[in-house]
Amino acid sequence: MTVQTIARADVRGADAAPAARPGSGRRGRWLALASRHRVALTLAFLVVFPWIAPYQALAANILVLGLYALGFNLLFGYTGLLSFGHAAFLGGGAYGCGIAIVQYGWHPVPALIAGTVLATGIAAVMGALAIRTRGIYFAMTTLALSMCVYYAFYQAEAFTGGENGLRGINVARLDLLSLSLDLLDPTVKYYCVLAVVGLAVWLFSRLLSSPFGAALEAIRENENRAIACGYDVQRMKLVAFILSGALCGLAGALQAIHLSIVPIETLHYATSGQAVMMALLGGMGTFFGPFVGAATFLLLQDGLTSLTSHWQLFVGAIFIAFVLFLPLGIWGEVLARLRRARL
Amino acid sequence: MSEIMLGGFPLDLLLLQLLTGVALGAIYVLVGIGLSLIFGLMNVVNFAHGAFFMAGAYVGVFLYGYTGSFWLSLVAAPLAMGGLGFAVERVLVRPLYGRGIDDPLLLTFGLSYVMIEGVRIAFGLTGLPFGAPPELRGGIDIGVGYFPLYRLFLIAFSLAVVGALWLFVERTSFGLVIRAGARDPQIVQVLGIRIARVWLAIFGLGCGLAGLAGILAAPLQGVTPEMGVPVLAEAFVVTVVGGMGSLAGAVLAGLIVGIVVAMTSLVAPDMTKMAIFALMALVLLVRPRGLLGRQGALG
Repeated sequence: MTVQTIARADVRGADAAPAARPGSGRRGRWLALASRHRVALTLAFLVVFPWIAPYQALAANILVLGLYALGFNLLFGYTGLLSFGHAAFLGGGAYGCGIAIVQYGWHPVPALIAGTVLATGIAAVMGALAIRTRGIYFAMTTLALSMCVYYAFYQAEAFTGGENGLRGINVARLDLLSLSLDLLDPTVKYYCVLAVVGLAVWLFSRLLSSPFGAALEAIRENENRAIACGYDVQRMKLVAFILSGALCGLAGALQAIHLSIVPIETLHYATSGQAVMMALLGGMGTFFGPFVGAATFLLLQDGLTSLTSHWQLFVGAIFIAFVLFLPLGIWGEVLARLRRARL
Repeated sequence: MSEIMLGGFPLDLLLLQLLTGVALGAIYVLVGIGLSLIFGLMNVVNFAHGAFFMAGAYVGVFLYGYTGSFWLSLVAAPLAMGGLGFAVERVLVRPLYGRGIDDPLLLTFGLSYVMIEGVRIAFGLTGLPFGAPPELRGGIDIGVGYFPLYRLFLIAFSLAVVGALWLFVERTSFGLVIRAGARDPQIVQVLGIRIARVWLAIFGLGCGLAGLAGILAAPLQGVTPEMGVPVLAEAFVVTVVGGMGSLAGAVLAGLIVGIVVAMTSLVAPDMTKMAIFALMALVLLVRPRGLLGRQGALG
């Protein structure tokens, strides 16, 4: 027990606090400024991103999975809870949105909300069970519970299409008030997705800068001390779990509309693992890291599948190398170097 | 005899199904014990445990194809996986001691990808069929009906392995070190025992048990590169239900899970997979630390 109980701060400490520290020197001031305007900077990058990405559909994929990793990061990077069950929220959101459109013919906007609500509900039930376990137990429990969700959706064939997945989520046009947007145009689709993701990123940033966000980081750094300070840690964990699930559910709902199909694999535990991989590759507990991680993962997958059918071998090996040698992740390492250079 | 009915099913059928559950549970017990040993002693959750299970099955089936001896496979599969476990602990897991508790978990998760894909490269994407060895085929009359001989062998063999393991942990001096190491590794080290060697041995032993479970399960279901994935989730259920790090808990929970699966497949076949997780949810609600869970000791 004792050998490995080293404060998490040592592993991913450099960028742990999103709030700007008063910088010494010019670079410090720039970093503080950038940190204060993290939402604007993130969105500015995402607005020009389609011109950098190899093709538009991939850019939208990165955006959606970036939001998924962002939601996961709220729990893992900021609260310090490692969940292996987030596929249940991505899949729950995707199925909720898809079922509303396919089976009930809903408009895409309420369908997005329906998906998010379904994922939030699943998160509430799973979270209430999972937070009863502590530490490393948590990862195993969430994994097992998410497999339960997988089998439930697998069996409910009339609604979900079972093994074949949910097909036919065709949203060609998006009619909003007097606007009529053509979603078959990849550029229009990207910016529609970005509008939703941008809103979520802004909300996420507000959440992190709130006292609640600070308390979550306190739980990550030292749970016992947070309890001693009088925080209702169990309840805060549950709220963080549900909020994380809601963000991932929104990502899932967007994915259902973007891909126009929900494969049953969306709910599989490999999808949960993907969130873990993206968060680690990008940098746990960093604001922009999830998008870096999603881009890295999808570009790797895209590049490797064109070379070999055994891309998972390389993804696995790269992931191992990151755990061993670059635990801060790409973005975390960049930030740590910038900070170190300042001194 | 078959006139006695219970819940709409003849008693004979229920008893046979119960025995089937015990046979299935034997596999869960072996997988769960390995996972629990590694966790109890090293605080490492081995996410590659399902991959070791799968790779053990492949090694066994491959050797069986070459030599035609199931008994040789039964020895070679756990040895090969134990050896691989040694290498993994020494090269990959050891550098992570002293870092965050999640790091070994993440690393073994990446390792499971590499192992599954490695097996796909070596043996192909589709699975290999594998039946029980000729000397263990067929069934015998056990009083309530015919029961497959192989499953009886599976129960007896697992019982022997668990018994040997119990003697090893409870009655040998190395077992004493293991129990002490689970309680307080630092004190053990202060007493002049190289705890790193104990960890190495335990990681190898746990992985070897996973490999053994793999080759034992192979005749029941054949082998595919993905066969370890559901086993990992089910092994987690076993450790959560039994109590983390508790060997006796893993045995008890493994048998319970096996019996629950067998009984559900009789009553409501569609619900079989769900039943396992419903069981876990129930235990979490009633007794979050597991049936025999204690803090930090191999109970």
